[in-house]
Amino acid sequence: MGLESAFADEPAFVPYLAAGDPNYEDSLAYVEALAEGGADAIELGLPFSEPIAEGTTIQNAIVRALESGMTVERFFEFVEDLDVDVPLVCMTYYNLIYQYGADEGPRPFVEKAADVGISGFVVPDLPAEEAGPLRDACDEFGLDLVFIVAPTTTPERLERMREQVSGYVYVQARLGVTGARDDVDDATEESLARIADWDVPKAVGFGIKTGDHAERIVGAGADGVIVGSALVDIVAEGYENGDPTAEVADRLEALARELKDGALRGAQERPQPERT
Amino acid sequence: MSTEDAHDPKFGEYGGQFVPEALMPAIEELADAYERYVLNNEDGFMDEFRSRLADFGGRPTPLQYADQLSERYDTDVYLKREDLLHGGAHKLNNALGQVLLAKYMGKERIIAETGAGQHGTATAMAAAHLDMPCEIYMGETDIARQRPNVFRIKINGSEVVPVTVGRGTLKEAISETMREWATTVENTHYVIGSVVGPHPFPKMVRDFQSVISEEAREQAIEQTGGLPTDVVACAGGGSNTMGAFAEFVDDEEVALHAVEAGGSSLTVDEDEGVAPNSATLSTGDEGVLHGARTKLLQDSDGQIMESHSVSAGLDYAGVGPELAHLVDEGRVTPVNVDDDLALEAFHRLSQDEGIIPALETAHAFGYLEKYHEDLGDTVVVNVSGRGDKDLETVIEETTKRDLDIAPDMSILQRMGGSGL
Repeated sequence: MGLESAFADEPAFVPYLAAGDPNYEDSLAYVEALAEGGADAIELGLPFSEPIAEGTTIQNAIVRALESGMTVERFFEFVEDLDVDVPLVCMTYYNLIYQYGADEGPRPFVEKAADVGISGFVVPDLPAEEAGPLRDACDEFGLDLVFIVAPTTTPERLERMREQVSGYVYVQARLGVTGARDDVDDATEESLARIADWDVPKAVGFGIKTGDHAERIVGAGADGVIVGSALVDIVAEGYENGDPTAEVADRLEALARELKDGALRGAQERPQPERT
Repeated sequence: MSTEDAHDPKFGEYGGQFVPEALMPAIEELADAYERYVLNNEDGFMDEFRSRLADFGGRPTPLQYADQLSERYDTDVYLKREDLLHGGAHKLNNALGQVLLAKYMGKERIIAETGAGQHGTATAMAAAHLDMPCEIYMGETDIARQRPNVFRIKINGSEVVPVTVGRGTLKEAISETMREWATTVENTHYVIGSVVGPHPFPKMVRDFQSVISEEAREQAIEQTGGLPTDVVACAGGGSNTMGAFAEFVDDEEVALHAVEAGGSSLTVDEDEGVAPNSATLSTGDEGVLHGARTKLLQDSDGQIMESHSVSAGLDYAGVGPELAHLVDEGRVTPVNVDDDLALEAFHRLSQDEGIIPALETAHAFGYLEKYHEDLGDTVVVNVSGRGDKDLETVIEETTKRDLDIAPDMSILQRMGGSGL
């Protein structure tokens, strides 16, 4: 399933969870709860031991997942075991993609990912300059490669990225690492304006926590919102309190619905294009 | 230093720029500054750097003939005394260069990571000297085992930020400093402490450190009438190693030996994700970590392993990409020395030559002890730093072992604790 389809009819809600956080079975239920709550695509984190782009919340999720036995092979099983009907994006770091399989380079990983039903990748430590081999493998197997546009990204680099991006572009709402925040940064609107004429959907992430945030982001022109840490916080709290899986899943579904509804409200506030 | 490779982010297959998008502009800005100021001496940057290295840093450091070691090994042993540099280690060469560069670039704040604390100390000193605010990220394990350097960092006016994730050593400190840099990149320069990280760091740090081999080469010719047969340096991330090797790389007749930490064993426990050594060049596989493709200690999935060495400064799962390349090319020979032999060498150098070496440096002398018969007749060993910072570790680790060469420490036990 192509990623752009997730953005086709209405603003997309794209949640993130680390696969295997806090363990394999609970994590399956949590990801499925997000789909129930209205997710249009789901970013699944394949845990890497050195997640340099992540804040404390997701870092801790990655540690929990690794400690409960998540591996690359288990991740692929996880994807196959998931009962969801939306496109799945694998979000991980390049070393895991590069090391997989007998052949050198990203091709074996991409082939396997395509085989289990992954639709695309987000690789935070792989800038456009180094992405050639992964882009080629994605093209070969029909997968998308999502790039992150930061507030600091220069116009020259935007052009380089534009040539390689597919599926959607991940607009980083502010500088720094992942993590929920209580406000929406002005940098978001500026970043969206800079790529307004790109012909891929623009999804904004980093710091989105509530339905109101989602509403404002979509109202500002985004085609979708990406939410990670606010959802991971629910998993972490449930884990620490020893709450039943079903209760945590319900909370995740409720926040997912709030975020999706917020995104829909944001779309209604936007000036409608004139019909011909 | 040459300008021809300034734009090439790679050393063969190694190197590159594998960092989050938010950092790419800062790295490009740094690459531009490296070319202008370091390679082209714009605004007299290199003149000022050299002048401050001389007056503040105390360069040149001597190339000292080691009488007792030369007699013991029946070969001429020369010591490049980076332990005599201000701050007690080669680290000042790079820290002073980068803090000064940050000033030329108009940055307002310095952050750095440190393992053994020598890089943190050097950066704090350089920041105080050049009047820049500075924060040093350090793993909690390393804070506990390197207290003297923690104090020195704070005394020089910098903050120490404890890193609690993972095992609390250099690997975690680098990851955390990269996160902080991604948040504050617009006004902050990250003074990376070794020849690691994304381009241009490996080249730039090598260039700042190459003053070691530049001096050693001239001094060797002046004092012995020719080039040495061998240069020996310990290797963790590889900054003193590349500094000691850089100007000899084209002298094919000079053998270059990079001595890694063999730790307690070269055997790896993949289920536990632990390598009981830090011998990345000898045992690691190619991968991508902290901004560069290089050799890494990793499991079959590509997860980075925890490393180990009695020396905090060598305790790192990666290594500089240029060193990885030079090893593949056959120009540099990677060897390793275990914790026991390094401790033994620590005591021998202290007793025979009156030089208390850093535990990192002691690995280079451990190699000399074990393999001196394989070396030529003029050996230069880089004394990368002095050992004051390691005394607590040395006492603790020595009392655990039955080392013939170790002094009797019972007086300390009678006094109640190490007293340090």
